Formats: sequence, C-alpha cells, structure tokens
Amino acid sequence: MFEATELNFRDNRVEWAVKALFLLMTLLLILPVLLILGVLLYRGGPVLSWEFLFTQPTNGMTAGGVLPALVGTIWLVVVALLASVPIGVAAAIYLSEYAPQNALTRAINLAIINLAGVPSIVHALFGVGAFVYFFRFGTSILAASLTLAIMTLPVVIVSTLESLRAVPHAFREACWNMGATRWQTIWRVVLPNSISGILTGVILEVSRTAGETAPIMFTGAAMFMPLLPRSVFDQTMALSLHLYTISMNVPDVPEALPYGVALVLIGLILSMNAISIGFRTVLRSRRKW
Amino acid sequence: MTAIDTGQHQRSADEGLAGDVKIDVRNLSIGYAGKSALRNVSLEIREHEIFGIIGPANSGKTSFLRALNRMDEFTESMTVDGAIRFNGRDVREWRNAYALRRRIGVVFPLPVGLPMSIYDNVALAPRLSGIRKKQQLDDIVERCLSRAALWDEVRDRLGSLGSLLSGGQQQRLTIARALSQDPELLLLDEFSIAVDPVTTMRIEDVLKELRREITIVLVTNLVQQARRLASRTAFFLMGECVEVNDTEAMFTGTVKDPRTREYVEGRFG
Repeated sequence: MFEATELNFRDNRVEWAVKALFLLMTLLLILPVLLILGVLLYRGGPVLSWEFLFTQPTNGMTAGGVLPALVGTIWLVVVALLASVPIGVAAAIYLSEYAPQNALTRAINLAIINLAGVPSIVHALFGVGAFVYFFRFGTSILAASLTLAIMTLPVVIVSTLESLRAVPHAFREACWNMGATRWQTIWRVVLPNSISGILTGVILEVSRTAGETAPIMFTGAAMFMPLLPRSVFDQTMALSLHLYTISMNVPDVPEALPYGVALVLIGLILSMNAISIGFRTVLRSRRKW
Repeated sequence: MTAIDTGQHQRSADEGLAGDVKIDVRNLSIGYAGKSALRNVSLEIREHEIFGIIGPANSGKTSFLRALNRMDEFTESMTVDGAIRFNGRDVREWRNAYALRRRIGVVFPLPVGLPMSIYDNVALAPRLSGIRKKQQLDDIVERCLSRAALWDEVRDRLGSLGSLLSGGQQQRLTIARALSQDPELLLLDEFSIAVDPVTTMRIEDVLKELRREITIVLVTNLVQQARRLASRTAFFLMGECVEVNDTEAMFTGTVKDPRTREYVEGRFG
C-alpha cells in the first residue's frame, strides 16, 4: 500500500547529496587547522621543554628560551582584559538595558560592529598617538595593552550584548512590575543570568589579541629585553613580536626555533580559551530557566 | 457572616465593601505605533471590588492593564492618551514610577518563574523595598505562597529553582510574587490559562478573600470566571468599551448594549 515512488527515491538522493556536501565543507574547514597544528607539533615539538619555557633567549636570540616573551604576552593580555572588560560590559549594559531603541542607538550599534573591522595597524597608529605621546605613557605595557583593549572593545561589546539579549524580556518586565528600578533588575536578574556568557565571550575575544603583533610593536613591545617587566610602565617582549623577529630579522636562527615559539603562542591562547570555557561550565551549572 | 456564600450574599457584601473610587479612567486611548488598540474608554474601579474585563482577543484588555501601572514605558511604540487616576492622583504625575508599580501587583497569562530559588522569587519584592530580617522575609514568603495555594507543594524545597516548577506552579508562584509586594491593586491578566481547573478554583477562593483588603482587576477570557468573581464587569470589543455593568445584570438583567448579551451567551467572540 505504501510503495516508495520515483519521487521518494529522488528526495532521498537529494537529501543524501546535500548532507554529503555539507560534511565535505566541514572537513575542508577542519583540514587547515589540523595541518597547521600537525606541522607545528612535528617541527616545533622537539624544541619544547620546561627549559625552553623558563629561560631567556641567548646568543642573539638564536638559542635559549622564551620566558620574557611569554611573561610579556601574559601581562599584555591581562592588562588589556582589565581595561576592556569594565568599559565594554558597561557600554553593552547601557546599550541593551537603558538606551531607547531609536535610530541613534541603532546607528551606534552599527558603528560598533564596523569598528570591529578597523585594521589592527590603524589601531596601532592610534595607540602611538594617544597613549605613547598624548598621555605620555611612553612605549610601555600600559600603552600597548590599552591599544589592544581599544581594538577589542567592539567585539567585547557585541558579545556582551548578545549574552544580555539572551535573557528573556519577560524576566525584566516581571521585575519592573514589582517596582524594581532598571539597575535593581540588571543586578538581580539580568546579570546573574548572563554573566557566564559575558565572561566567556570576553575572555575569548581578548585572549585572541595575544597573537596580535602590529598594535603592540610601536606601543610597548621590544624585540629584545631579557629582563622581565616589573610594572605596566616597562617595555616587554611578546611572543608574537618575538616570532616575527626571529623569523625575519635575526640571521642563523635554527629552523625549529620559530616553530617552537609559535607552538607556545598557540598553547597560551588555547589555555586561555580553556580557562574561559571552564568558567562557563562552572557558572552554567548553577542556574537555568 | 457564616451564611453560605451564595451570589446574593456576595453582592450584598460587595455593597458593604466597595467604596471610594480606586481608579478613575477618563478618555483613555492607546495606540501602538499609530495603530489604535483602545479608544476613548472611561470607567471607574472602586476600592475593594473585583472588576472584571471580558472581551474577545484583540479587544484592548491587556493594553488597558498595561496603561494602569505605566507599563507602556517598557514598549517604545506604545502611546497612551487620557487620564488615569490612581487614588485620585494621575499616574503620570507620580514622579517615581517605581513607587507606583510597587503598589500594583501584576500577573500575566504566561507564568514567569524568575531563574532564582522559589524563596528568592517571593522574597524579591520585599527585599527591593528594604526588608532584610530573615524572620520577616520567612513570614512573607510563607504567607504569600499559602495564599497562592502553592505552599504545601513547595514548603520542603524552597531552595530549588522557581523556573523549574511546572507551568501551573509557576503561575501560582507569579501570583505569590505579586502578593509579596503587598499591593493595593492586583492586575490579573487571564491568570488561569496555564493553571488546571482545581487550582484555578483554589486561587479564585483566595481572590474572593483578598478583595476585603485590596482591589482586583481581572481580565479574563472565561466569561463564567468573571461571573463567579467580579462584582462589576466591563465588556471590551475591538478597542472599545461597549459597556460597564453589574456582572449579574450582564448575564440575567438588562444589558445596555445587545452585543454584550450575545458575547456572554457565547454567540460570538
């Protein structure tokens, strides 16, 4: 009674073909990532050791470890986080919870999204002008981190906005109807339910800047600086710039060394991502509607 | 009075209780982005009465409620014209809308269990108004949950998430939360949609009790619910208030407009 028709067979074949096509695209996406990791591990793996991580470069950066660069990158990212999180989250809260939904707000939202597309070298030049010279921070971790922070602010705002908007509007109305002010509502209902998303997004976005080179090379990163930074007003080495330097500017670098540095940089970013995902797991386990 | 609670007694009790004008609405018109939702409604709601509002979907019932406690401010496109006096004072003149809303409890058709513990859901409003003492909060939570006919079901798990209760329980939690504000006025918008019939009856009994203390505006799709509870009822139709009348008159006595009788008898809408 229920025989498969010619049409059913055709539907089936189309279904199969579409699924196969999308699977292929996904594999194509993963392939380069696996290749990069594979090559890095294969060529840079032998260089890795505790000694590599915890000693300074020696012999004009052709030997030794990456400690000052590793520590410097961590400084840069953490200071950038401290600067961009309060500003970005506050701006996002204003835009999502207070700003009237009119043409001006929409224009601001659009501007923020477009800001995210400004090339990092432009941010670098802005950072030189604003932080190094105008605010007289000199070339320092502070100037470099603030440049990174300015650069990531748009994405921080956008990701925070998304987390805030994921909280159902009905929760806010229920709270307002009890006579809660906007801030009481934000503090007691909106933030507790979006904080995990906000933190995850923010840490992901900012840790991405660990790999940026252009914004820091004029504002605070030094090519060679064996001493560890003591305050935000010191210059510092950074993994990304170190990688660039030993690949392009230093003669007679052993072939494996840049791969080792790249591996450390990727490892650092992956561990930051892991921390942020850990954050999310812990915070998510404590709630949900 | 220990007599059986017949309709007759109900109404004589009404006459004893219902008194001053609680809410005075004059020429109220509501629109959304230029599209009219309610036109030129004038009516009075008296203290200690349950005031019913019936009417088919899209007749402006919910918009009317939203205007009462200035909820229109939450919706950019919503415009409200006319005057609404609460305790003799125009609601627009309350400089502090939060103080106004604190006196008005609201319950919507879809339950909203806030994603916090059951206890915190009910303790939220008292905490917002500055009550910190544990004992006092405990008392409020127990009283409000009992009144909303929820206490017995949740008394031993007050710490679990309010948002994980069943739909009907969440709705009773929402009612408990509205009561926890200690409101003078309670706005109920089709509260029984997500609640089973038995619980609905229990809540209705609570509402009858409550009207000794507060004023209740009951928007309902269930004509019979208005008949059971409301002393006076307004019939809204397509953005107009067709008539306001004693509820019993709408069902058995003289109606001012024939459409009202047709609606309550289920011939349209």
